[in-house]
Amino acid sequence: MEIVGQLQKQYVDFITSLFREAYLDDQYVQLQKLQDDSNPEFVVEVVSIFFEDSEKLLNDLASSLQQQVVDFKKVDGYVHQFKGSSSSVGAQRVKNACVDFKNFCEEKNLDGCLRFLNLVKQEFYLVKNKLETLLRLEQQILQAGGMVPPLE
Amino acid sequence: MGMAVEESQFHVLAVDDSIIDRKLIERLLKTSSYQVTTVDSGSKALEFLGLHENDRITPNETSVSPKLHQEVEVNLVITDYCMPGMSGYDLLKKIKESSSLKNIPVVIMSSEDVPSRISRCLEEGAEEFFLKPVRLSDVNKLHLMRTKCCKNIQNQETQENKESPEIQLQTAAQSNNNNKRKAIDEGISPDRTRPRYSDLTLTLTSTSLSLSTKYSPSRNSFFCDRKKLSEIPAEYQVVLWYEN
Repeated sequence: MEIVGQLQKQYVDFITSLFREAYLDDQYVQLQKLQDDSNPEFVVEVVSIFFEDSEKLLNDLASSLQQQVVDFKKVDGYVHQFKGSSSSVGAQRVKNACVDFKNFCEEKNLDGCLRFLNLVKQEFYLVKNKLETLLRLEQQILQAGGMVPPLE
Repeated sequence: MGMAVEESQFHVLAVDDSIIDRKLIERLLKTSSYQVTTVDSGSKALEFLGLHENDRITPNETSVSPKLHQEVEVNLVITDYCMPGMSGYDLLKKIKESSSLKNIPVVIMSSEDVPSRISRCLEEGAEEFFLKPVRLSDVNKLHLMRTKCCKNIQNQETQENKESPEIQLQTAAQSNNNNKRKAIDEGISPDRTRPRYSDLTLTLTSTSLSLSTKYSPSRNSFFCDRKKLSEIPAEYQVVLWYEN
């Protein structure tokens, strides 16, 4: 029981910091609300799809920006997708980076785009890392026989 | 052909090119006890609805595949606005221009809050416009569209009833109203105005049918000419009773 209590505290502290530092926003809470006994893996499933989808988008972005003649509309399309998916899972910092990235696409600013591709990539791997840690903590709590503290 | 829309059978077609958003909207809708089908494009949505993208829309359009339409009933379409190829707005237009699909409520979702976009969609006939990410509180609003949709079906039903066959039971006496009145005025015995059953005819009329039958007292049934039976249009079911 001690262990469960400790893990739960760790979880609450960690997730609170993620909200405070804007890695995650309220949409993540909404995702948690959609998870129940009939769909106990919902958040893990959505997050996994997000990871996969994002890796692909980052590759597409990199290759489209490496072309001799850059098709900025195409690049904008990828950024739009990334902005949408990150918004849907609550990855706030990634979403915000995408918003700024879009502006450079509209301006057809290659330097700006390359810079922001790096930034978006960075933010993505950061939040990926955080989410993996968070989900692992959840698993540990459940395996120790405890309940994951509900958010807000 | 039941027209009742039961709680658990409300079928929503969700259209979104984003796999994450499809997963999300599916979960949101299922949580609210709706039946859900998701597709990733406007053209696939039209296919599912039984309409083909390149069909010419005419006022008397019946290009909906009959089999598909009967098997898969969609009660609401919820679609993303920004999609490659056919946009959500294009899909909305196609649905509202179709005589067979125009009564299906359509909801648009978008990640961008553009007032002109919103009003354009609402003017084109969208029921609602949800900003993404869509929440449970948004999906709860669909309940209102559900009852509206049921009302539409009810209206259709009452309209159909207006065209249902009118049954007139006439007697020879009634068909000669003037004579009857004259007879009464002249003080003729009321017995004379009582219909004789052998004079009873039953006329069934509707917009496409008029069938006259004669009453047979000995058999206590209405009969019509066998030849006339064959003149009955195909959409009417004919039930024949044979007596030994």
